Amino acid sequence: MAFNKNSNGYTFLFAILMVVLVGAILAYTSLSLKPMQKANAAEKKMMNILGAIGIPSERGAVKPVFAEFVTERVSIDSEGREVSSMTGEVNSSDAEDPFNIDVQKDYRSKAPASELAFPLFKCNKEGESLYVVPVVGKGLWGPIWGYVALESDMETIYGAVFDHKTETPGLGAEIKEGFFQAPFKGKKINQVAPHFTVVKGGAPTNEYSVDGITGGTITSKGVGEMVDRTMGIYLKYFQSAPKAQK
Amino acid sequence: MSTDTATAVAPKKESLFSKKNRKLLTDPLDDSNPITVQVLGICSALAITVQVQQAVIMSLAVLFVMIGGNVIVSLMRNIIPDRIRIIVQLVVIASLVIIVDEVLKAYSPDISEKLSVFVGLIITNCIIMGRLEAFALGNKPGPAMLDAVGNAMGYAWILLAVALVREVFGSGAISFPGVGQVKFLPESWFMANGGFYENNNLMILPPMALITVGIIIWIQRSRNRSLIEEN
Repeated sequence: MAFNKNSNGYTFLFAILMVVLVGAILAYTSLSLKPMQKANAAEKKMMNILGAIGIPSERGAVKPVFAEFVTERVSIDSEGREVSSMTGEVNSSDAEDPFNIDVQKDYRSKAPASELAFPLFKCNKEGESLYVVPVVGKGLWGPIWGYVALESDMETIYGAVFDHKTETPGLGAEIKEGFFQAPFKGKKINQVAPHFTVVKGGAPTNEYSVDGITGGTITSKGVGEMVDRTMGIYLKYFQSAPKAQK
Repeated sequence: MSTDTATAVAPKKESLFSKKNRKLLTDPLDDSNPITVQVLGICSALAITVQVQQAVIMSLAVLFVMIGGNVIVSLMRNIIPDRIRIIVQLVVIASLVIIVDEVLKAYSPDISEKLSVFVGLIITNCIIMGRLEAFALGNKPGPAMLDAVGNAMGYAWILLAVALVREVFGSGAISFPGVGQVKFLPESWFMANGGFYENNNLMILPPMALITVGIIIWIQRSRNRSLIEEN
């Protein structure tokens, strides 16, 4: 070989070239795929919101279904006052649209709640008004999130979906499965704190709590914590809002 | 890193599927199994063998990344400076995994959701690093690819065997994608319904994976005495 591949100069050169090259490839991949990824994420969000009110939907065909059932998108402040409201098609580039509020980013930012806006999705399913509240929190390894739908009495849970980024498969990751989510239906949000709890797997539950996952205690607790914390804010809105006609 | 068991020094012209090269494929299934003999990749064997389904996904992902990593590093073997070779290997693996993840997120978001949990586990899987270091750095791309396939398969069957034991005894059922849980035992056998049988929750916890792997090693060594170290 003509060059000495173990010289300092070559080692440095190789390292620098490698970093620049790999950096460029990764940046290019990420940038060129971003629009598609964003569109996918927005679709997934719509599917989750629809999932919370029990409407099955499929990727690629979710937009018209979403427009049909979600009648109004509202954002409220931490005191429960309505800040803005939107109807019609979701515009994914409009920052004013409550649909585009990134609740996960807000949660991570640790900004005081008074500076944040909280989205609420008003839905109409077969004549009944439903309210879908996005919740975010942390599990054992990373973020967890979900959507909780309330009935028109703004108290009884109509349905809930949860998802996670990196929870342990078979344990904490089970929060996205039906057997964990189904018992939420029919439970109530307590008007006084704690608003909702997820108890240790197998422990007795009451009107305001559900059973957690055995072996996934920390993730289960995370779900309880995020529902409890978020409902604390939305309750102010629900308590002041005029009850929708049944 | 591993004790290298397959150091094939390729002679002049050798067909890709010569006897020696075929050994690269078959050896890791038994005699030089990455988990039970080389003791690589134990961490992921403990973490994701609660369900068969997860083990299958992980095995496929590892197969893919192993082939990519082994071939790329083997192609670059003559220009990688010795002193930073581990870093180079890590960069190759991490970039591969991230690119695959990004592409899946854009074109096949549903698969990406299932895989995202494993991305971190794949990058840190010592089988991949171990094979790059022990084999790809010293061999041509062809044999390196066979070595990757062989080792990924050796990894996969142990993972599946452990997952099968753990899911059957821990959950009393096997869940398939799209089908849900398939139960083997009649409901009336369970204690909750007045029967005599109870799922073993310990099976779901990581220690049982280690014990299951240990039992496989025991069986393997009692059958193949050449694997037993002499003191």
